[in-house]
Amino acid sequence: MSVELKVNGRAVTVDVEPRTTLLDCVRDELGLKGTHAGCEHGVCGACTVLLDGQPTRSCLMFAVQADGYEITTIEGVAPQAGELDVIQDAFCEAHGLQCGFCTSGMILAARSLLEREASPTVEDIREAISGNICRCTGYGQIIEAIQLAAERMRGQNAPASPSLSRTEAVR
Amino acid sequence: MKPASFRYVRPNSVAEVCEVLAAEPDARIIAGGQTLTPMLAMRLARPSVLVDIHRIGELIGISRVDGAVVIRSATRQVDALHSAIIDEDLPLLAKALPWVGHPPTRTRGTVGGSIANADPSAEIGLVAVTLDAEIVLADGEDEEVVLAEDFFIGPMLTVASPSACLTEVRFPRRPDGRLGVGFQEISSRKSDFAFASAAAQLVLDADGACSELRVGVGGVGDVPLKLDAEALCGTRLADAEIRDFAVAAMADVETVGDLHASEAYRRRAGAALIAKAIIEARQGALNTGSSGGRNVG
Repeated sequence: MSVELKVNGRAVTVDVEPRTTLLDCVRDELGLKGTHAGCEHGVCGACTVLLDGQPTRSCLMFAVQADGYEITTIEGVAPQAGELDVIQDAFCEAHGLQCGFCTSGMILAARSLLEREASPTVEDIREAISGNICRCTGYGQIIEAIQLAAERMRGQNAPASPSLSRTEAVR
Repeated sequence: MKPASFRYVRPNSVAEVCEVLAAEPDARIIAGGQTLTPMLAMRLARPSVLVDIHRIGELIGISRVDGAVVIRSATRQVDALHSAIIDEDLPLLAKALPWVGHPPTRTRGTVGGSIANADPSAEIGLVAVTLDAEIVLADGEDEEVVLAEDFFIGPMLTVASPSACLTEVRFPRRPDGRLGVGFQEISSRKSDFAFASAAAQLVLDADGACSELRVGVGGVGDVPLKLDAEALCGTRLADAEIRDFAVAAMADVETVGDLHASEAYRRRAGAALIAKAIIEARQGALNTGSSGGRNVG
């Protein structure tokens, strides 16, 4: 079947069997290997992508069901090639990853949370990543990474500081 | 771990869905697909046709109709979780919804899909049974209305015929007065399948005595169960009375044992959660104050 998808802002047409999962489609048809195939039956969360900004397990839907949505994979997160976005950067800095297999799913789950909640509690963060399994970190540093990202994103959205420094200068 | 081949159709109306289901005995409805897709991947299900109802407009939405809150079957769980109507008129379901799956499964999973799937540990089915919700099925030209308690007949088994499409669930809206609700669950991780769960909704009269009580227990047997709580009505719901009731109620329940929890464990956990749910509901009702709930006066 021919399916029109919108992935990371780009419109693509793929020809897939109805049984092709969205996961296999983005990996094998579109070559976006950052979406990881873990359990392939909806348990581990490694294949999480965003559908209209909401986290979704790409192994639990078929590509033929995915037309009309804005699909974001980990490749669509960074502002441009060679750069990291705030959340990716925070994961590196806070050691929020070891082997990296769960990381793309974790980052997309975190992104969805931080888009609707600028100051999440630890409980909010735990809930947001509850569908994603990590076998390395013990989750502590992942939570710290998301807290760090939240703090930096709040900083980005805070009023600019020049007026403050002008006051300082007057003094 | 890849599904067998199937054809995929996405009808635009319930009538078209019924036509496909009538013509294709091996067709299966897919809504959110959060349980069906893994079953397909493991080839535990091998339908000839998947009938996608996830975007049928007439199957989506939450509304107040007479004394009920009607949730159309393909309404996503995430939308139910954020619904002001459910928050106001169905506080027991509002309390249970955060326990349903994880954020990424609630994005796709639907209210009707959870009911039709009939997992004995599912929260939405437990609330439906506890509140005497009605489940509406379209089958060809016919419409059938089934009480939730009669709908579930075993694990992943319902009275719905293979040619039927679940169209809506009608939950009775909350009673007026000093209302309290409680929902308790135990699982290996938050939001995993419940080993046992319990739901309670009650009303206290002006003197603090219980005038209405609904209690249900899930995850312990083949189907979610509604319990006869008549014995506690008219009492002031002392902790000891509640605990005695819960233990006695679970004594009659046929529990199941598996890798995660034995029959005896489920009986004990069920009783403990029933008591906690009723106590939580009682405290909630007491906190509304003696002047009555928000829908009174």
